Amino acid sequence: MLSGTLQNQLLAILFSASEPVRLSQFEAIFPDTEPDDLKSALEELITAFNSMQRAVEIRKIAGGYRLSTLPEQHEVLMDYLKSKPSARLTQAALETLAVIAYKQPVTSPEISEIRGIKGSSTLKTLLEKKLIEIRGRKKVIGRPILYGTSQEFLIHFGLNDLSELPSLEEFEEIVSEGDLLQPGSGPESSSGRPSREVLREVKNQDV
Amino acid sequence: MQTQAANTAKSQGFPVIFELDIFEGPLGVLLQLIRKQEIDIYDIPIERITAQYLSFLDLMKETNVSIAGEYLVMAATLIYIKSRMLLPVDPSAEEDQEEDPRFELVTQLLEYEQFKKAAGMLHDRQVIEDSVWVRGQNEFEEEEQDAVDATVYDLVQAFHDIVERARDRIALRVVPESVTLEDKLLELRDMFTIHREMLFSAFVSQGLPRLHLIVTFIALLELARLNEVSLFQDPERRDIRIAVC
Repeated sequence: MLSGTLQNQLLAILFSASEPVRLSQFEAIFPDTEPDDLKSALEELITAFNSMQRAVEIRKIAGGYRLSTLPEQHEVLMDYLKSKPSARLTQAALETLAVIAYKQPVTSPEISEIRGIKGSSTLKTLLEKKLIEIRGRKKVIGRPILYGTSQEFLIHFGLNDLSELPSLEEFEEIVSEGDLLQPGSGPESSSGRPSREVLREVKNQDV
Repeated sequence: MQTQAANTAKSQGFPVIFELDIFEGPLGVLLQLIRKQEIDIYDIPIERITAQYLSFLDLMKETNVSIAGEYLVMAATLIYIKSRMLLPVDPSAEEDQEEDPRFELVTQLLEYEQFKKAAGMLHDRQVIEDSVWVRGQNEFEEEEQDAVDATVYDLVQAFHDIVERARDRIALRVVPESVTLEDKLLELRDMFTIHREMLFSAFVSQGLPRLHLIVTFIALLELARLNEVSLFQDPERRDIRIAVC
């Protein structure tokens, strides 16, 4: 019963928050509760809440917990709220981000070498959008700036941490099989909004 | 942004028409050529691909699309590989040691393709996350409106700041000093009423701008022509002596 009260309190906090709430933040609010108990209460809450299979779920995002709607509810929410702030990225920006995500910390010349084209303006855009951050300078001649992905990157792509990204080798396999036209494998195949089936598939992979 | 270019390349007797994305970069263009023709990436027909790539560049030039330097570097690389493929294999070298000239390019293409697919994965995730709503998201718009919701005083202040900034910019502008021959003639005539004799180096040492020196020199020639002054070359001091007639 006590655990139920705590779970409701946690849920109330999640409901009120717009940013992912970290475990350390919960610990500060409940100093008398053991961190381990807090964590298990959160896990139980997630399991119980998400198993209701309603329009809202609790997700682990960027090392925190956050309440959000399921993608299926997008259309009805668009009808209700009319617009949603969106920051879609260009192909060049996505490629640059992919290189940074998998090779970080990485310098601008290293990114250009892989992409075969210079893209300093793309880096600037990504820095402005706070999707990447500067991680110091590489100790080579010229001391080029090292870039890495940010907390905002995890939020933008719905990741809890970088380990949730598929390994690069997985993309290699697709390459060697010559299976280029696999649905959802490239931006060309998914220029529009993905179907609910595709969404569910990806969702399941997330869990 | 989705500008596409059709690439018509005649190879092996039949014309090939492709839709190529010019914003892909040279590796992207090559990869598209290879994948769209279902070419075995481990055995690229370099002559055909080079011809197609070069005709793509020609088409870009025709449509006045400025081609980034990287595209030309790739063209050079392709031609270099093609020329190396034409060379007979060194019979003295062992088979294993002879590296395929295409090896480096293929490695680069495969690595690039991996990241291109990773970018596709990020794109898909982005589309999904775009359909996910969180608390407070619809309030962003109101925040943006706040920035526009300004009082008359704010607007006046903003206008004032802009004018101030514009004024600073004007102050930095370098106004080229102009000098006319007439001005210089008057100036020199005034000067010669005081100094009956002068050296040209005296003008130089005044630190006048180059244009002033040139006009001064022309003015002196003019005065000499009008027989107002005489000019003497002093061979030892390598200077010009000016004496009033």
